[in-house]
Amino acid sequence: MSTIYSVKKGLDIKLLGEAEKAIVDLDAKRFAIKPPDFIGCFPKMLIKDGEMVKAGTPLFFDKYRENIIYTSPVSGKFVELKRGAKRKILELIIESDGKFESLDFGSTDPGSLDKKTATEKLLKSGVWPLLRQRPYSVIANPDDMPKSIFVSAFSSAPLAPDFDFVIKGNEKALQAGLDVLTKLTSGKVHLNTHQKLNNPESFKNFKNVQVNTFSGAHPSGNVSVHISRIDPINKGDVVWYTDIQGAITIGKLFLTGQYDSSRVVALTGSEVLKPRYYRAHMGACITNMVVDNVSDSKNRFISGDVLTGTKIESDGFLDFYDSQITVIPEGDYYEFFGWAKPGFGKWSFSKTYPAWLTPNKKYRLDTNLHGGLRAFVLTGLYEKVFPFDIYPMQLMKAILVEDIDLMENLGIYEIDAEDFALCEVIDPSKINMQEIVRNGLELMRKEMS
Amino acid sequence: MKALRKFIDKQKPHFQKGGKFHWLESTFDGLETFLYVPNTVTTKGAHIRDSIDMKRTMIVVVLATLPALFFGMWNVGYQHFLSLGETAGFWQNMGFGALKVVPIIIVSYAVGLGIEFYFAQIKGHEINEGYLVTGMLIPLIVPPDIPLWILAIAVAFAVIFGKEVFGGTGMNVVNPALVARAFLFFAYPGDMSGGKVWIAEKADTFSGATPLGDALVGNFKHLPSVSDMFMGYIPGSVGETSTLMILIGAAILLFTGIASWRVMVSVFAGGFVMGLLFNWWGANDYMELPAYYHLVMGGFAFGAVFMATDPVTSAQTQRGKYIYGFLVGMIAVLIRVFNPAYPEGMMLAILLMNVFAPLIDHYVIEANIKKRLKRLKVVVNS
Repeated sequence: MSTIYSVKKGLDIKLLGEAEKAIVDLDAKRFAIKPPDFIGCFPKMLIKDGEMVKAGTPLFFDKYRENIIYTSPVSGKFVELKRGAKRKILELIIESDGKFESLDFGSTDPGSLDKKTATEKLLKSGVWPLLRQRPYSVIANPDDMPKSIFVSAFSSAPLAPDFDFVIKGNEKALQAGLDVLTKLTSGKVHLNTHQKLNNPESFKNFKNVQVNTFSGAHPSGNVSVHISRIDPINKGDVVWYTDIQGAITIGKLFLTGQYDSSRVVALTGSEVLKPRYYRAHMGACITNMVVDNVSDSKNRFISGDVLTGTKIESDGFLDFYDSQITVIPEGDYYEFFGWAKPGFGKWSFSKTYPAWLTPNKKYRLDTNLHGGLRAFVLTGLYEKVFPFDIYPMQLMKAILVEDIDLMENLGIYEIDAEDFALCEVIDPSKINMQEIVRNGLELMRKEMS
Repeated sequence: MKALRKFIDKQKPHFQKGGKFHWLESTFDGLETFLYVPNTVTTKGAHIRDSIDMKRTMIVVVLATLPALFFGMWNVGYQHFLSLGETAGFWQNMGFGALKVVPIIIVSYAVGLGIEFYFAQIKGHEINEGYLVTGMLIPLIVPPDIPLWILAIAVAFAVIFGKEVFGGTGMNVVNPALVARAFLFFAYPGDMSGGKVWIAEKADTFSGATPLGDALVGNFKHLPSVSDMFMGYIPGSVGETSTLMILIGAAILLFTGIASWRVMVSVFAGGFVMGLLFNWWGANDYMELPAYYHLVMGGFAFGAVFMATDPVTSAQTQRGKYIYGFLVGMIAVLIRVFNPAYPEGMMLAILLMNVFAPLIDHYVIEANIKKRLKRLKVVVNS
């Protein structure tokens, strides 16, 4: 085993509702592709209401990058286009016919590929959006030559699914996917694992990639952390990344010629009665997961984890990149002298609450903000959970004043909004840092293009 | 409790836009959030948030000042009766001290919070909690006999020109509590320095000089013992005398992680190193004063624990905090020994370094930027 990259700064928030290692099939009727999942994508429709589709049938393309098309994850009928304010396209809903048929893209041996044919096939089938790039976390540009590709075999976020469990039975597809990725980069493909969250034995046999091991608390699973330790981004560099399920989907496309959008999804959170894994597909409706399976309290349904996920409705859809649904209670209550009472049983990273007495307790946390918005006051706090050689508060202030040069100098290319999630959680000033960072990244992307 | 909540919910519309008392919206909101942590839920970013908020942060700092405050009250009484040559019991000392100190606290909070509320209202903000701490720190760094009207003016000056003109808590350049003290020091020197003011209603024949005052005029024989100075049985500002009580406060701040140990440790280190340097030089009696004396005399410990560590006005980068703290300690001792006009250097040292903290940060961040550019160059050249 090569060196272990240890991530010293960070924080594991221990929550109730970890998924049991049991898997059931999700019987979902409706599926959706949500254009807002794709940062910077401006959808132009390729399909009309009521048309029949198969997995891989084009639904829309990006106005600004016409070669990137987005396809249906399942077979069935395109039934509804949901729009929001200013007619922004929010969801394209497909009613499944239950057959999960795919268009045939032809199987190819990953070993004999070149970059051009691999790229074309990924673009045509609509699997390409699974590949994203740093900086900016947008979908990779097919014309770029990334200096390396990162594949995460674990997630360190609260209640994150166990990817070893996901890989089981898909080893061949994963190897094929990794082989395809090696054709797309001039450098290496890095398969990143965690000392405790993964079983190192299961990664011994993967070829053509460099297997790296990380240790430490969240955000040790964030791609930015992996990149910063292994192959840091400088101005002008491009690195691509995907997760294990993405690599498996890519592998299956080349092995079978089919767009198989199936993925394993963990249903987690304190309000779930039976937290477990589901065999589902991308964009699946979560209704049948959560109906009769959550507590009676007023709940928040999240696609993704509690730190970076998106709020959805109880009949909403899984986000394109997510492998997890989390259900936690809403926190819209008043608390009498909540800030002044000793606060036994309340969770806090700071030692101003007695939570430090019970470091292993698992919590049922709700969505209450626990305070009001203030200016930045405490300093030196965010650094405790921010494992980068970057000054988080100074970078955020540079973003707020839109100082492009300073943002660049302070390292905005090296991070993503998700890296600030823990800072945001522990912040007594209750500043929405992920939003600030996202806006900063978008500003940079527009300035640089 | 439900009745109270119901009452508040019923009154709320009157204080919101369009209501009769909308000009009191910030005040109402301030009182409501004081009683109840609001029911706001997360809408963007992380869905869960830490239980800590600004109120909790500030109240912990206030708690940390309490040992120094209570000892200060007792000591005000103790010094008073000592100067009269009388002995008094614990409660008598405490009672006399409370009569002197409580009005100072009330004036400090009333004037400061009044101005805070006013500014929050005209800016349409929620009320910042920063003054909860400032309002407690100011009574601790003034002489017990300060006339209350002077104090009121100083507090108003500090809150307006030390903080609000910069944009409120979090935006200020210098520590508002020290601005208040500096204002008093330069505007009303008669009430802030000399041998008369440090003991409340002192008997005329008794020398009321603080150890620093004695040291300044070369009266080293008169210095109290180190243990007296450490315990705090000496004249001085209300909260500054007992190093022990201040260290208890420091322990609270460091344990909860609210104050930076980097600043605190390096202030003490800076003062001690400067003291040692003077010992080595040894040009006069003051220089030969053992270095650790400086740490227990005057406001050094109080400044190191409660003033220099203010997260907003200290250096904000971790490396910067070491440099900032060390220089605060050094300059404080330097002023004490070299400047014949100011017996105490802590206040001026901190204010000076507050002003220079952004510069320190600038160079620390510049080093980070250079490292990043160097990495880029290595890649480009290879």
